[in-house]
Amino acid sequence: MENRFLVDSEFLSPQALARKHQLETDPSSRKSHMEYLPGMEQLHSDVRDKVIGQMESYDPARYTARDVRAALDHETCSVEDFKALLSPAAEPFLEEMAARARLETSRHFGNTVYLFTPLYIANYCENYCVYCGFNCYNHIQRMKLDMAQIEHEMQVIADSGMEEILILTGESRAQSDVEYIGEACKLARKYFRMVGLEIYPVNTDEYRYLHQCGADYVTVFQETYDADKYETLHLMGHKRVWPYRFDAQERALRGGMRGVAFSALLGLSDFRKDALASALHLYYLQRKYPHAEMSLSCPRLRPIVNNDKISPLDVGERQLCQVLCAYRIFLPFAGITVSSRESERFRNGIVRIAATKVSAGVSTGIGDHERKYTGKEGDGAQGDEQFEIDDSRSFDQMYRDMESEGLQPVLNDYLYV
Amino acid sequence: MNDTLMLGGREFHSRFILGSGKYSLKLIEAAVRDAGAELITLAVRRANTREQENILDYIPKGVTLLPNTSGARNAEEAVRIARLARELGCGDFVKVEIMRDSKYLLPDNAETVRATELLAREGFVVLPYMYPDLYTARALADAGAAAVMPLASPIGSNKGLATRDFIQILIDEIDLPIIVDAGIGRPSQACEAMEMGAAAIMANTALATAGDLPLMAAAFRQAIEAGRKAYLSGPGRVLSRGAAPSDPLTGFLRD
Repeated sequence: MENRFLVDSEFLSPQALARKHQLETDPSSRKSHMEYLPGMEQLHSDVRDKVIGQMESYDPARYTARDVRAALDHETCSVEDFKALLSPAAEPFLEEMAARARLETSRHFGNTVYLFTPLYIANYCENYCVYCGFNCYNHIQRMKLDMAQIEHEMQVIADSGMEEILILTGESRAQSDVEYIGEACKLARKYFRMVGLEIYPVNTDEYRYLHQCGADYVTVFQETYDADKYETLHLMGHKRVWPYRFDAQERALRGGMRGVAFSALLGLSDFRKDALASALHLYYLQRKYPHAEMSLSCPRLRPIVNNDKISPLDVGERQLCQVLCAYRIFLPFAGITVSSRESERFRNGIVRIAATKVSAGVSTGIGDHERKYTGKEGDGAQGDEQFEIDDSRSFDQMYRDMESEGLQPVLNDYLYV
Repeated sequence: MNDTLMLGGREFHSRFILGSGKYSLKLIEAAVRDAGAELITLAVRRANTREQENILDYIPKGVTLLPNTSGARNAEEAVRIARLARELGCGDFVKVEIMRDSKYLLPDNAETVRATELLAREGFVVLPYMYPDLYTARALADAGAAAVMPLASPIGSNKGLATRDFIQILIDEIDLPIIVDAGIGRPSQACEAMEMGAAAIMANTALATAGDLPLMAAAFRQAIEAGRKAYLSGPGRVLSRGAAPSDPLTGFLRD
């Protein structure tokens, strides 16, 4: 079964609609997803070939219960062991994998769990990614916060007690350029101890500039590591250039960022292969940049504005749990973030096994923190959200809930030095 | 017998240094009490600056803070973090931790020597965390370290004295307290290190992963005290092969 992503808005002009349909139905009308656009920096890195080589030769059906047993018995998890743990043959071993994962998590992180919140500052986007609420053909309320509005949002969030923030934008260089994001980072440094970015991929010198503005962590989701599948889902815009996106973390590290985060959006393609590639992307970059801090996320597809039918398909909670346990056993040192896309029940369970970081007080819309945090209606307009969240717990509630799971919430683990 | 540990001109009766970063703040007080600890480490990067739960509020009075520089990737960053700790009111003690490997968190000895020199010059009481290497330990002593803190095995591993022979060399050769840090997972391992002549033990994960944290803290306290007493008493030798006959084998010789 496939998701039905394509939705026509009645607000599109006949020309726009014709272009949209052409992109959707005629592959030859789309630009090559493997060719860099002017201005995009090209790295000569060996990481991509290693990751994709492993992913392409991976056949999850080839692994047996015996392979899984051996993987769990090994003290150090090899790439082959990891492949076994991700395979369908490992499904009956889920409880045992969880026990092992929990042990590794406690060895490396004790009983701590980090809290953070995302702040979307703009939702303009120049890309047509069929599953995303911000895509340029989706009729939503667009908005870009000005600096005064950003500062107000940050004050509201900081007043809740949060010390780490993740700044997000839609992927539009025209509407939210690097300087605009840099100014937002400078403001964030006034209110938060740790500033992360989840924006469109940029060049090394731009990452260096953003780091100087106060950002210290860069998250880029590859969406899917299957480039051919990627081509069919990202039909237009600079985001379509798959290899430029792949090298984003490496450029960020070269630009001086302390850490980087990775993920595929599970449900777009074969999730086992995408999980393998996500973890290996981290694994090989860590070998090349051993000082860097690294983490994995695990987003699954969610419904969006104007399309409430989108689902993560075959990636159920059991499968997601298996992926996260395999990540933890293979990469015991890596951070694992579980976002509010997942339910309260799932997040309460997974922090006891493998996750080290959860978001709280989340809005994926623009400029609505005051209303969400205080109940006070803001005086300004608000921008629509990127996707529907599931777990809407406030910071205070999350803090208490994590404590009652026996965990120590940690608000900050960074020094910007 | 007045057997105390002198560090930075201060006298400590306990030889157990507690880590604080891997368990609930609410357990710190009980851990300190049952461990009998007088020194507790604190990750400066973890210290909260706002009214939310602040680790400093949970540390009992009379306990000396040992802020660490975790998060530092080179000597300059470690110096900045140490200065920040001093400004936060954490005192002059600092545990230098410089890691440039996010996977194993192994200390970078060369940068650690540089940081120790810079910080000692600024009047800090410097306790450097290091990989047990004799040359590095000598350089740290020359740089003005107040003690040397070699790792026993990879941090968080609870594997015990994997570097036993090299720690013994440091104990034998370096005229500073040797504090065994990282990898000590059980009271028996702590006891063994103390019998060897270590001046103190630091542990964190061993407590954090225990079923009953305060009870494990108490067990460590007793093990460390036992090991120390054994060391002071001069333990009998251990033969790796054969046995020692009570009558001499060469007793038949006549001249």
